[in-house]
Amino acid sequence: MSVRAQIGAVVVKDVRSEVRNRYAINALVMFVVTAVATILFALRSEQPGPATLAGMYWVVIFFSAMSGLARIFVSEEERGTALTLQLTTSPGILFAGKLAVNTGLTLLLTLSVSALYIVTFPGFVIRSPDIFALTVLLGSIGFSASATILAAIIAKANSRGTLYPVLSFPILIPLLMTVMNATEKALEGAAFIEAVGDMQVLVGYCLIMIAGSFLLFDYVWND
Amino acid sequence: MNYIRMSAIVIITYVLISGIAIPIVPQPQGWFEFPVIPGLEEKARNIFFHVPTAWTTVVAFLVSMWYGLRYLRTRNMDDDLKSEASAGLGFMFCVLATITGALWAKFNWGSFWNWDPRETSIFILLLIYGAYFALRSAIEVEETRARLSAVYATLAGLTVPFFIFVLPRIVSGLHPGAKGDPEGAGPVVEFKMSPSMLVVFILGLIGFNLLYVWLLNVRVRTARLEYRRSTPQG
Repeated sequence: MSVRAQIGAVVVKDVRSEVRNRYAINALVMFVVTAVATILFALRSEQPGPATLAGMYWVVIFFSAMSGLARIFVSEEERGTALTLQLTTSPGILFAGKLAVNTGLTLLLTLSVSALYIVTFPGFVIRSPDIFALTVLLGSIGFSASATILAAIIAKANSRGTLYPVLSFPILIPLLMTVMNATEKALEGAAFIEAVGDMQVLVGYCLIMIAGSFLLFDYVWND
Repeated sequence: MNYIRMSAIVIITYVLISGIAIPIVPQPQGWFEFPVIPGLEEKARNIFFHVPTAWTTVVAFLVSMWYGLRYLRTRNMDDDLKSEASAGLGFMFCVLATITGALWAKFNWGSFWNWDPRETSIFILLLIYGAYFALRSAIEVEETRARLSAVYATLAGLTVPFFIFVLPRIVSGLHPGAKGDPEGAGPVVEFKMSPSMLVVFILGLIGFNLLYVWLLNVRVRTARLEYRRSTPQG
């Protein structure tokens, strides 16, 4: 099998098992709805400005992702399928497949949170669609790159549920600060040229994290 | 090691005494007098303690990461002991740098914490150390613990350039070298310190680093003894 076909096989396997039990999707959707509803209850009729909205948007995404993305490796350990994967694929290919699945999930998550925010917050109007689209895309890629390698670490440790956000937060902070900054600009309707600096940081973060994860994944995966 | 311990004690004692006791006067005549820096006055003395501890924090983190990477290559448990010992010391220096910085900020900038980019990065460094030890305590098998904590330290190390080079230029801050600083933004602040202060400052850097080296040596030797006791055949 070619490399691309092998990565595709990992993706198809994960998507199929997700379609069968819908564990991650259900958890993510319920978490997003609960979090946004709580924010709405807390605010009542208050109308927050762009900076607050951009911050709350990524807070919801961060915590929802933390509840769902670890599943990708934890499920393999729980079902006892990790050994089969170790025998049948190489670590690089497995990581690429898992990264693709997690990026898809994160993109789905950001899109649904965006839709929910547009409907529920009158102040959440995307005035610069180009900045917003690129921020969400690069943000999702960078987010899932860090989340996937940390999920692999977490799968081998105890007390996974609480440890995951603790480990992820310091590593995701540069990304979170930049995407919040860029989202605020998108809501305020800034020209694309004003957000170029943020985009450069995002591209740099994605490249460093993906390269680092690929190099380190061997050590996490092989006992 | 005895020389390192003795010189650390001598240098830090000298920095403590001279950093606190040398008078600050408008026209300094020699090494025994510091010039007045407008806006800082007596508060300038903090630089002899705050900057060396912050510097040692970063050195300890890099050493920890270096030994972590060495463990991944050699699978020698001794490297993991060194990595953990250095991380523990780094955490201690990180707390010291945070406290000296927060106290100074209260009297110079008006509040203990302002979320200036440098304050943000030291807060993140504290979180990274916390997460590192949380991860270590959550894994029971020694080899797995050593492997995964080395990977985590490296991943965390990958984000450090963002805090040092990128963040201070995007977010405006209060530290020298931040965006909006009339002297120009950049990671390396050009020191325009008077020679009399520079001597104490550099001795402070050397002294705290020697202290770190000596403490690391003590901690590694203790950790080796404990490790041998827990594994009878080794």
